[in-house]
Amino acid sequence: MRAAPQRETAADNRLMNDSLLKFVYTIDRLSAWVGKAFAWCILIMAFGVGYEVFVRYVLTAPTSWAFDVSYIMYGTLFMMAGAYTLSRDGHVRGDVIYRLWRPRVQAGIELTLFFLFFFPGVLAFIFAGAEYAIQSWGYQEVSVNSPADIPIYQFKAIIPVAAFFLFLQGVAQVCRCVICLRIGEWPTRLHDVEEMETMLQHQHEDGAAELGLTRKVEDGQAR
Amino acid sequence: MTDPQIAIMMLGLFILTILLGFPICFTLVAMGVAFGYYAYYDPARMDHIFDNRIFDLLVNQTFSVMSNDVLTAVPLFLFMGYIVERANIVDRLFYSLNIAARRVPASMAVAALATCALFATATGIIGAVVTLMGLLAYPTMLKARYDPSFAAGVICAGGCLGILIPPSIMLIVYAATAGISVVKLYAGAMLPGFLLAGLYMIYVIGRGALNPKLAPKPPKEEVEGISKSQVFLMLLTSFFPLATLILAVLGAILFGLATPSEAAAVGALGGLFLAALYRSLSWERLKESVYLTARTSAMVCWLFVGSWTFASVFSYLGGHDLIKEFVISLNLSPVMFLILAQLIIFLLGWPLEWSEIIIIFVPIFLPMLPHFGVDPLFFGILVALNLQTSFLTPPMAMAAYYLKGVAPPHVQLMEIFRGVMPYLVMVFLAMVILYTFPEIAQWLPDLLYSIR
Repeated sequence: MRAAPQRETAADNRLMNDSLLKFVYTIDRLSAWVGKAFAWCILIMAFGVGYEVFVRYVLTAPTSWAFDVSYIMYGTLFMMAGAYTLSRDGHVRGDVIYRLWRPRVQAGIELTLFFLFFFPGVLAFIFAGAEYAIQSWGYQEVSVNSPADIPIYQFKAIIPVAAFFLFLQGVAQVCRCVICLRIGEWPTRLHDVEEMETMLQHQHEDGAAELGLTRKVEDGQAR
Repeated sequence: MTDPQIAIMMLGLFILTILLGFPICFTLVAMGVAFGYYAYYDPARMDHIFDNRIFDLLVNQTFSVMSNDVLTAVPLFLFMGYIVERANIVDRLFYSLNIAARRVPASMAVAALATCALFATATGIIGAVVTLMGLLAYPTMLKARYDPSFAAGVICAGGCLGILIPPSIMLIVYAATAGISVVKLYAGAMLPGFLLAGLYMIYVIGRGALNPKLAPKPPKEEVEGISKSQVFLMLLTSFFPLATLILAVLGAILFGLATPSEAAAVGALGGLFLAALYRSLSWERLKESVYLTARTSAMVCWLFVGSWTFASVFSYLGGHDLIKEFVISLNLSPVMFLILAQLIIFLLGWPLEWSEIIIIFVPIFLPMLPHFGVDPLFFGILVALNLQTSFLTPPMAMAAYYLKGVAPPHVQLMEIFRGVMPYLVMVFLAMVILYTFPEIAQWLPDLLYSIR
């Protein structure tokens, strides 16, 4: 659960009008938009399952759909967030050695590995997943978990769709590596929500931590 | 080269590429597909080059992760954690526990430990607990002239308890990996979790009592001036709501009233309610929690997607069997096997985090458990205890780094590590106690779920 440091660098100014970087940011925005849109599935899931518990115990009338809804929401949520997470550098990596390298070396190795380890797998996902989804779509597959006939063919289609966005984000990551190889440092990422520890650590580095904290304690409002 | 040898090569190659720092889930998928293409290669089915069963395997494994009814609890618990984390509860909790514990030796450290344990249990997010406490409790302890190492150890070790004490996400992930019941695992982990927390507590109070220089007593006027009812009122608004939420979620799971995912959903709604009570629920924070939930769920679950594909190819090539036969040929006794396995997991915890260790490396040990007569549940709890250390041992001692990041600049990383060391000893001690008295893990599941 790490996030890449987000600092303004001198490179930002040089890259103001760089068209490659603009392309990277466009893809970043697209991935983030998709990931965030599907992130709201968590609320449907929490309320749906909460509703099920309520009607089961209070009204003793369990639903026939809550179970299917819960895993469909869960599966959609994490699959569609894959590209968004990649754009924020949120997938776990064993970076013990990686961190010690200069940015150019990091970028060179990462660029190679994208072609070795990323695109083949993701392409397999797109094509095999599409075949799988088309088959399921063909006979309008429904869930076998309940008599409610919850359709799941659209859920299977999530695999190739999520993989397609991952592919696009992968292209953007490759461009990031190219930019880094060119200028010798990693371009800044777009601003986004951060884990609380990352946010607080940055506040602290900026010397605002004490101020922020006292304010927070006084009026009960975190930043 | 025989197939099992190729499997070992696959594993070796994978471990080497981990070190290059590429996102692990994609490495797993790509290697699974590449080696799987070889493993499932069938000349009779060569109409075109994509006619290979590995592609069916890939989508099927992915779909089984997507429709896994155990893992559905992961985003829900994460969501609950992110909501509670943003509910401005830590400062209240720490201040009121500090006052409640004022007569105990090392009172502030005791309060910090209790706050960490409770808050970490509710949120399950280590970094946030350590960072928040590092900003709040650490300067307060330093101001009270606590020893910097002593104070640092309490916060780092206390913050990690969240992955052990149920309801913890790590145990769900282990249960999904090992194919055992989350409910039983939760029941089994309760007492060992309390055992470890209790050991920490005894250590803190003991050292505080033996060496008051480490943890000076609060001045008299602070100890005397507060009445019992005031303390009770403070605890009522800080400690009890959070404790009730955790107990409700856990109780519903342990007594079989709800599945872990259902309890997690109710817990998430309860967290929203709690945040609303503390007037800290805003649109902005809800959005943050929702987005962070999506990112962290993707991180954990994509690792599963990669790992299940990788593992089934590895197993199909005979890798698991080869390793199993090799370990069996060593003629180890069950104790030696357990020590070896735990030692390997401990060492993996140096560079890696719990998610990679449980999802990728623990499955290698699982097939050997029946041979040595080890219960996977018992093994899981040993692993959960052991992985406490993965946050505390360099070079990837995340807990220590988080604290260093927010601590006053004069506090050295070495001081933090020195403070953490005794807790490593206590983790090992807890493992030895658990091994000697396995009833600690088995008593509660037997009591609740044995067939009468």
